Amino acid sequence: MSLLSPQEWAIVALSLKVSLVAIGVVLPVAFGLAWVLARSRFPGKLALDALVHLPLVLPPVVTGWLLLLAFGTNGPAGKLLWNVFGFTPMFRWTGAAIAAAVMALPLMVRAIRLSLEAVDRKLEGAARTLGAGPWRTFFSVTLPLAMPGVLAAMVLGFARSIGEFGATITFVSNIPGETRTLPLAIYTALQVPGGEETVTRLAIISVLLSLGALAVSELLVRRTGGRGSGHVL
Amino acid sequence: MSFEVDVEVRRGNRTIVAAFSAPGGLTALFGPSGAGKTSILDMIAGLLRPLRGRIAVSGEVLFDSEAGIDLPPEKRCCGYVFQDERLFPHRRVRDNLLFGWKLAPAERRWLDFDTAVGFLGIGHLLERMPRTLSGGEAQRVAIGRALLSGPRFLLMDEPLSSLAAARRREIMTLIERIRDELGVPILYVSHDRAEVDRLAATVIDIG
Repeated sequence: MSLLSPQEWAIVALSLKVSLVAIGVVLPVAFGLAWVLARSRFPGKLALDALVHLPLVLPPVVTGWLLLLAFGTNGPAGKLLWNVFGFTPMFRWTGAAIAAAVMALPLMVRAIRLSLEAVDRKLEGAARTLGAGPWRTFFSVTLPLAMPGVLAAMVLGFARSIGEFGATITFVSNIPGETRTLPLAIYTALQVPGGEETVTRLAIISVLLSLGALAVSELLVRRTGGRGSGHVL
Repeated sequence: MSFEVDVEVRRGNRTIVAAFSAPGGLTALFGPSGAGKTSILDMIAGLLRPLRGRIAVSGEVLFDSEAGIDLPPEKRCCGYVFQDERLFPHRRVRDNLLFGWKLAPAERRWLDFDTAVGFLGIGHLLERMPRTLSGGEAQRVAIGRALLSGPRFLLMDEPLSSLAAARRREIMTLIERIRDELGVPILYVSHDRAEVDRLAATVIDIG
């Protein structure tokens, strides 16, 4: 395989930046939501669950359009960001990261929630009787036991972000250097006569990135001792 | 009195009421399965909240609904040996044993690691993961983990029930040694008359 051109490297770098920032920002949010959904009961829980899952079941174009309504200059979130920080994600890579994060969220919440539900609460009780407060119990028992799920969430979220197309192009368009991530670049190249070589190279890179993420997470799970909860995915 | 318990709790659709006091040494809570013996231990450990009542051990009040006292489990200093061991599956035996020991302030540690390991005969297991242990080995580690957390009293929930006959004798001898040599008050749950007759100074019938 021939090396990528500088423009193609820039696309890969942009995609990585968008995906990693999206995962980094959404991971704590996903964990918090998973915790609430796994551990507490409250009125409206079903509605929250449905809302979290919405990006999974909606056509991505619709999610992108909803993001446009929310973050556009006249949208509530858009206005807030503009008035408080003088910032808009419109047509920026940050917007692409928002789209990626929103699309990754339901998958990540599901993976983390399942792993939290699989943690034996009796072990937390045992830790408490041994003198560990709630926080120490969380960090020394709950989190390590849920770790395979958290890693799975990161891999799934990363793969979803790297592959994000519909919501991104609807929300922040297809702007070279800002929002033209790998899938958008592949789509664009397909529209251009003689773009097949670029398509092939970028497609191979996409496959390698996804496989790489999977390999890294498997490695991390082995490193953490397997935790007895089986495989990542 | 070592244990003073007067509690009421709802489990499902029935109410469990227990009121007893017991001197030091080993006290057995004796009764059929499902009588609520484990619930009583859980309430003393702080893992289950009584509807109302009062729990005191060696003079210290752990729970008193009228006075609004409800110490969290980590402040109760109990060594709880569970029926199902509950070893941390992601930690080696050594780290399981040291979990409570590291959290206990130095003046509360009345047993050091090497003594406990020798006493229980688990020196050869220290680097093993809990899932590789036999039932008897896991139970000895669980007892060691509880002893090393510097407990003021022990709660033992049918520690022999999951063991084969040969192992039962071994663990029973061990419990007798804990009772006689270490001198901590023990509340011991069982549904086996012979076991209770052999171990307990005081027997309280539940259910």
